[in-house]
Formats: sequence, C-alpha cells, structure tokens
Amino acid sequence: MRYHTPKSFDEATAIAARASGVTRFLAGGTDVLVQLRAGMVTPDDLIDLKHIPEVKGITRTAAGGWRIGIAVSGAELGRHEALCADWPGVVEGMNLVGSTQVQGRATLVGNLCNGSPAADSVPGLIAAGALVTITSAAGSRDVPAEEIATGPGRTILKPGEVISAITLPPRGAHGGDAYLRFIPRTEMDIAVVGAAVSLTLEGDKIASARVALGAVAPKVLLVADAAKAIVGTTLDDTALEALVAAARAAANPISDKRGTVEFRKEVVGVLARRAALIAYARAKGETK
Amino acid sequence: MSKIHVSATVNGDPVEFLTDPRESLLDCLRDHLGMTGSKEGCGTGDCGACSVLVDGVLVCSCLVLGAEAQGKKIETVEGMSQGEELHPLQRKFIEHAALQCGFCTPGILVAAKALLAQNADPTETEVRYWLAGNLCRCTGYDKIIRAVMDAAAEMRGAA
Repeated sequence: MRYHTPKSFDEATAIAARASGVTRFLAGGTDVLVQLRAGMVTPDDLIDLKHIPEVKGITRTAAGGWRIGIAVSGAELGRHEALCADWPGVVEGMNLVGSTQVQGRATLVGNLCNGSPAADSVPGLIAAGALVTITSAAGSRDVPAEEIATGPGRTILKPGEVISAITLPPRGAHGGDAYLRFIPRTEMDIAVVGAAVSLTLEGDKIASARVALGAVAPKVLLVADAAKAIVGTTLDDTALEALVAAARAAANPISDKRGTVEFRKEVVGVLARRAALIAYARAKGETK
Repeated sequence: MSKIHVSATVNGDPVEFLTDPRESLLDCLRDHLGMTGSKEGCGTGDCGACSVLVDGVLVCSCLVLGAEAQGKKIETVEGMSQGEELHPLQRKFIEHAALQCGFCTPGILVAAKALLAQNADPTETEVRYWLAGNLCRCTGYDKIIRAVMDAAAEMRGAA
C-alpha cells in the first residue's frame, strides 16, 4: 500500500487517475481503517486528503449557504455556532455518529460514501438539499446528496473520482430542519430507522419541504409524497396524518436483528411526524 | 514495501519511527515506541481502549494510521502522571476501585482527562455520554463515573 499526501485536489485526482489497483481516499478514516483492518479492502494507493488546505474549512458561500470541507469532523461541525443555527438537523444527524472519539475524526463525506442506508448524517443532508462536488482529473460537477449512494456500500463514484466539498443551500428566513433516529440504546448504535425533515414557512404555512428517511430501504430515501403531504398546510393533525401515511408507504425495509419490517414501518411514521414538528418549531424560531 | 519515516511528539518528547503504511498509530505506539499503555480492545473504534489525543483531539489510535502522525502532538496515558505522582483521575480510580481487569482503564483515563480539560464541572449525564465510546465489561460503569466526578471536584478545588 502506497500512502500519498497530496497538497491539492488536482494532485489527488492525478494520483487517482494514474492508479491501476484499488484506490481509497482517506479523511477521517473511521470506515477506511476498519475495512483495512478487517481485510475487506486493502488499497494499493491510499490518498490522504487532509494535507489539502481547504478541507478543514466551514465557509459561507456567496449565496449565503455553507461550504463544508471534506475533512471537517463531527465535533468541529457541532462547535460551529452559525452553522448549527442554520442547519441544526444536519449537525444533529452527524453528531449521532459513533462516540466522542469517532466524532473527533468522522466526516459527513465519509458517512455519505460509506453508503449505509442507516447513515445518521445522510437524511439530514438530503433533506437540506445538500450538493456534493465530485472532482476528477476531468473536472468537477455538483450532484445532489441523494444521488450519491445507490445501495448498501455502493455509490455512483467512479474510479478516479473524489468528493471535494459539500455545499448546503442558504437557510433563509423562516426555515428549520431536524433529524431523529430510533435505537434501542441511548448512544453508540446504528439507526433502526431515521427521519429528517427540512421546511420553510410563509407565515404559519409550509411553503416548501423535503423529507428523507433512513434505514427503511437499500438507500436513504427522499420522499416527495411525504413533502407534498405537508406543503401548504400549518402542519395540523390532518397534514401530520398524511405525512405519516406517506412515510409508511414509501418505506421498503428489511427485517433484521435490529428491527422487523412491521416495526420499521410503524416507527418511520412516528419519527417523520416528530421530526416535522421539531423542524416547524425551529422554523418559527420557537426552539433551537 | 517501503516504510515511512515519521517524526512526532509523544507526551512532549520528540519521537521518530518507521511505519508500514498499513500500521495504525496504536501499532506504532505499542510496537515501535514501546508505549504499551494504550490497549487494543477491538481494533475497530468501538471500545475506546486505545484512546489518545492527537493535536488535542480525542481519537481512537486504532483508527489513525501511524503515517498520519507526522508532525502531530500525541498524548497518551503514559503522560498523565508526573513521575511517581499520579494524576487526580488516576488516584480517584484507585480510591473508588473504578477498575477490575484494567484493560479499559488507560483509554478511559485519557478520555476523562480530555473531558475535564474542556468542561471542569460536567454533570453525570455529560460524563456518561462523553465516555459512551469507552467500553468496560467489569465495573458496570458506576464506579468509573463516580471516580471521574470526584476527580473533577478535586481538580476544581471543590472537594
């Protein structure tokens, strides 16, 4: 295994383009090192991206959104007050990943690229409308976060392609988001079900919404019907019932040791409802 | 396979070692630097027995490559006592019998020290969540939590 420390994404993608064997990019390493240790993946070329200057940055975009470097850890996201104020649901999802130790290293992009349908940070990113910048020797393009994973452990990334940034759109006034998961413990567990809701208000009415569901399908789902169920409403009981029904209808889970199909379909409705209520209260400025 | 030369500091002392690129920081500490205080429980970041600070950030050293330590400031359990004088956390762990087999103890001490460095007066709930990534199969955790709370009080001068 060759260990590379490129100083720019150009250099990183040039190394990846030259590589003929298995290539892995290293940021937080909390998945890559586990796979290395287990012998699941032994890269011929391991490209450590942390020597690239911008990877630790959290900066405002010209439009008023946020550009998040690919090596920003969960702990660093959680300490960034302005980002937490804009996108509390994105940050609370990431901060549920692993332990204090894991939070010191683990990243949003790593969680996304690991391709787990239960990844805690992914529903929040998808609900937020995050864009992911994919860079290769041929150039860069922005892709919606929901298009990255294609199934458990699989992504659209092709050899030689690397994610170079995540961009969150401007939150704007009267917006809120939230992520909730169910686990049978209080900490250090994998989501049995997760749900994220992001919405904006005009007065008391929901003007726009995005609902993303985790661990109820081979990949995290963006559920347009669930968003439709609450747009134009004040999130009254009828709207909430429609949201619950849409979330349950979209869920296509498996039964495993963490939960049955029936349980997951029940809980996904409960969590979608609760996350919507939290996002709504945040959008109203009633809670943080 | 060529080895990588790494220079870093461990507990304030400059160190140099040669690492295979596949080796973890934990492997390097234990096998190349002879610092066996940090333990390998799981090797997958679940148990926290290998906890160290890298540039002040609490991490599992089994999830960091040795090669990544170049130029970094590493702090391990070996750096907690001053000669024969134990760190207050170490004394309180003994007083409260907060260990049995002791395998998890170095990681918990390092993690608890990192908590108290940023929060001198944590609640019991904060201590429990902070240490959720440090598994102990002997004590049932209560004595560990009591030892950390007591050490925090002493370090604040409140005991």
